[in-house]
Amino acid sequence: MPMQNQGMALLCLLVPILPLLGFILNGLGNRKLAKGLVSLIGCSTVLASFLISVYLFLDFTANGSRAYTVDFYNWISVGELQIGFSFLIDQLTLLMMLMVTGIGFFIHLYSAGYMSHDENFGKFFAFINLFMFSMLLLVMGANYVMMFVGWEGVGLCSYLLIGFWNKNTNYNNAAKKAFVMNRIGDLGFLLGIFLIFITFGSVSYPQVFAEAARFTGGVDTNVLIAITLLLFVGAMGKSAQLPLFTWLPDAMAGPTPVSALIHAATMVTAGIYMVLRSNALYVLAPTTLEIIAIVGVATALLAATIGLAQNDIKKVLAYSTVSQLGYMFLALGVMAFSSSLFHVLTHAFFKALLFLGAGSVIHAMSNEQDIRSMGGLRKFLPITFATFLIGTLAISGIPPFAGFFSKDELLAHVYEHNKVLWVLGLLTSFMTAFYMFRLLFLTFFGEFRGTAAQKSHLHESPASMTIPLIVLAVLSTIGGFLGIPAVFGAQHLLGDYLSPIYDYARVANGAALAPLHLDHATEYMLMAISVGVAVVAILIAYVMYVSKRTVPAAEGQRLAPLHNLIYNKYYIDELYDTLIVRPLMWLSAAFHRFVDVIVVDGIVNGFGKLTLLTGRSLRYAQSGAIGFYIMVMVFSIVLILFLNFFIG
Amino acid sequence: MNQIPEVIRTVPLDYYLYFSAALFVIGVIGVLTRRNAIVIFMCVELMLNAVNLLLTALSAYRADASGQVFVFFIMAVAAAEVCVGLAIIVMTYRNIRSTDVQLLNYLKW
Repeated sequence: MPMQNQGMALLCLLVPILPLLGFILNGLGNRKLAKGLVSLIGCSTVLASFLISVYLFLDFTANGSRAYTVDFYNWISVGELQIGFSFLIDQLTLLMMLMVTGIGFFIHLYSAGYMSHDENFGKFFAFINLFMFSMLLLVMGANYVMMFVGWEGVGLCSYLLIGFWNKNTNYNNAAKKAFVMNRIGDLGFLLGIFLIFITFGSVSYPQVFAEAARFTGGVDTNVLIAITLLLFVGAMGKSAQLPLFTWLPDAMAGPTPVSALIHAATMVTAGIYMVLRSNALYVLAPTTLEIIAIVGVATALLAATIGLAQNDIKKVLAYSTVSQLGYMFLALGVMAFSSSLFHVLTHAFFKALLFLGAGSVIHAMSNEQDIRSMGGLRKFLPITFATFLIGTLAISGIPPFAGFFSKDELLAHVYEHNKVLWVLGLLTSFMTAFYMFRLLFLTFFGEFRGTAAQKSHLHESPASMTIPLIVLAVLSTIGGFLGIPAVFGAQHLLGDYLSPIYDYARVANGAALAPLHLDHATEYMLMAISVGVAVVAILIAYVMYVSKRTVPAAEGQRLAPLHNLIYNKYYIDELYDTLIVRPLMWLSAAFHRFVDVIVVDGIVNGFGKLTLLTGRSLRYAQSGAIGFYIMVMVFSIVLILFLNFFIG
Repeated sequence: MNQIPEVIRTVPLDYYLYFSAALFVIGVIGVLTRRNAIVIFMCVELMLNAVNLLLTALSAYRADASGQVFVFFIMAVAAAEVCVGLAIIVMTYRNIRSTDVQLLNYLKW
């Protein structure tokens, strides 16, 4: 479809360009610009992007919701490979744009308060603006290569922001870990793109999906499984799925707004977006979908169990993010694509809220993150408490908060597909409710357990931090009404809206995308079960942490074996360290000692030594005796003449 | 000069060539073997004059004046060069109280 007109094209271009402009201004003006100006530039560019996105969205729906491509120029043209610099504006893109810029704006606003004491304020805003640019490129690009560019861009920003406080070596190591793990995934993604080009002769979405829709090889051929699996490897890295999830909890080393923006609400959902975008390919490969569902549920379960025993407020949220991402992949695996996106959306609301709330707590506690030193904070931080409570209720799936609707819809699809996965999902849901309320009770209820100095410093955060909390709390409350289940007789706004993006998939494998077939009684039962499970978990948490006032064991105390195992995150980091990192280090050391020092250095130094030696022996010819010089000259001339005479 | 003068023809060209070659070689050997800077300098002059003689002789036998023009140039340049050379030798003598070139071997390695 051709671009509508020049004005629209310019508007589309402005959406990612504005944050890029903010990045350039703030990046060049770091430490030179006043902090007020920096936050003004940082926030206003993102706000402008958000407003343009809203306009584009309204324009899109007003014009009959027809997807269109905006072509700017031919970016790469090599032989048959034609890659345009173009944007695809459709339902999915617009929704992601709204989510990224909207939540991004509130987190920028929050950062203006949260980071106000940091000397590298300008650098921080430059980086998060660059992140917005990359993320927008990722979701707006009309082909896999542009998605890859954004994909790498967000990876870079993630690295920069995790290691933002780069004077701490642990933080730098966390940043490196995130970067390397993402790189492993990216390799899969890149290979997937190559395979797509080889198979379909193009990397542009409409062409690839049109080709896929009339794919001749039939469903589940090897090449399709390979493509989808390789793409999924990329998603595994970016969206922190087993076995590449360990970087995400470590990524909490970054400033809290970064955790909220990148490692909870937006970047980590890039993997989901990619699978959703490629739905036409995935419906052709049910085997891959099975694998995705299993990986998703395994991740959800594993991360939730680890979350039960963590004592760092951000670590708990990090594991819950991993767990919720697992949920989303589970939904993708059972082909509940819209439900997955629904959960992405509601999760973005409540997880951003929870992270920002945690940031507010950390800010008030003078950078203390250990929940064992908190307690009773609801009296000191009333707004933070109220909003955090809403976020916790939402993630636990208590109606009418957003998490209930998305999680319920998701689990209903899983139930229809596979009962075992459903039970595991429900178990995860139980644990999620438990550890989230454990976190809430330990932080906000009971007596204050910190030092006196911390207690005297306790204060509610400034308005720039509480306003985003309130807005996100409102969104977490009403966000679920975008997708009210059919049982209640209302329209599923989100599902209807997203329907056109599956057009190609319907052609490719129509049977795969059938709507939910559960009768109403079953659906009510499922809802009751999931709410019941959550309520039971909350009650258990209440009894343990409020009535009995249990406080998790201090560092170094002996724990029961199972508790110890999950407290230490199943020793997965140690396992990777032993199996991969150490052998790699050993191999590198061996290569250094033998190949680098002996062979490479030997050759290079050998040339140096040879020159030196030659010079040392030849220098005796320069005796300083003029007669000798003249003699050599004469003989040389004679020799030249002779040679010229006989040879020339 | 359309014709070669009778006087010149009485001595064949070969003789001039052999003579200048001999002069040149004497010069070269002198430069190589002598240690006194002034003698070396004189030998250099000898070599220059051997070339001058050769040029004149060939000019005469080939009835071409340009060779003799060259000779004048060489003589002028040689005169200038002698000035510089002798000045160097005088300075050398003032410094080391000798004109022996073998003593001038400071410039090594």
